Amino acid sequence: MSEGKHLKPLDDLNVRLSKAQAEQIPPIRDGITSQGGSMSGFGVAMRIGVELIAALIVGVGIGLLLDRFLETAPLFLVVFFFLGAGAGIMNVYRAASGLGLAAGYARLPENVDDDGDGTNGRT
Amino acid sequence: MANPLQQFEVKTLIPIHLGGVDASFTNASMFMMFAVAGVATFLILSMRGRALVPTRWQSMAELSYEFIASMVRDNVGTEERKYFPFIFSLFMFILFANLIGLLPYSFTFTSHIIVTFAMAIMIFLGVTVIGIVRHKLHFFSFFMPAGVPKVMAPILVPIEIVSYLSRPVSLSIRLFANMMAGHTMMKVFAGFVIPLGILGGWAPLAVDVALTGFEFLVAFLQAYVFTILTCLYLNDAIHLH
Repeated sequence: MSEGKHLKPLDDLNVRLSKAQAEQIPPIRDGITSQGGSMSGFGVAMRIGVELIAALIVGVGIGLLLDRFLETAPLFLVVFFFLGAGAGIMNVYRAASGLGLAAGYARLPENVDDDGDGTNGRT
Repeated sequence: MANPLQQFEVKTLIPIHLGGVDASFTNASMFMMFAVAGVATFLILSMRGRALVPTRWQSMAELSYEFIASMVRDNVGTEERKYFPFIFSLFMFILFANLIGLLPYSFTFTSHIIVTFAMAIMIFLGVTVIGIVRHKLHFFSFFMPAGVPKVMAPILVPIEIVSYLSRPVSLSIRLFANMMAGHTMMKVFAGFVIPLGILGGWAPLAVDVALTGFEFLVAFLQAYVFTILTCLYLNDAIHLH
């Protein structure tokens, strides 16, 4: 906050307020890569590993459940094992390339400089 | 040697059975109440002065508020401040749980996957409902990335759905695994101190001192990671792509 010049009367308060608010337009989504710059190597490894395992757990879980209800013994387990593995790789790719954990990678090309001022995120 | 996993045992303090459901008051419940009471005491007492020039306690409370407020602003958006109270409560609860768990003889309930999974699934369901309410059926375009050939859809859409469903799992496993691994490691090294005697016992003791510092880092970091991922999920549901 800047001091000193705020001794002005309140007549231009509205202008100053809206100016201050306009400056606060956030750089959406520059999440964990820029903020977690201090994250240790161990933390990154942990995160990537968990990402891979979690998708696999979910895939195998869905497969087992479907097989149990539809009685198609190994069919869905096999299908969803591979889907889970694919999703795990995708999660790892997203986590490693700093896209957060978004499903869908349509954001990839325009994410580089999303506020258009050449600063890539935080200003 | 003491069992390093003994510290994670859930003990029933006051048995309560409601219609066949075991709803007993356990040491986990007790430490959850401690965490809530700790957060409330910290924030209420430190903000009681409401001084223009904050005291040390007040600036700690203000710092944590500012920290989460700017996290929500940067990752979710200025218009989404209404989710701030939830995210702030979540952060303080996990942070205090992790920190209280570092006290000797205490219990770390965030080292139980059912606790972290319950929190993660609540967030996941809430975020999904917010997304569906905001975007109606358009929300499901989330699972079909734009610009992908139609031929790929039968493979990509299930992969995206599994990837989306894996969010609460990875969120909960991350917090649980970090807390449990750290506490187990500390107990294992602590178990070596006495058997190695007065000559060799210093080495594991030194490791334990270092680990304690590391655990403080992990306690903060994991509370932070859990919260920021919640923000990112919320952002995804609100802004889609």
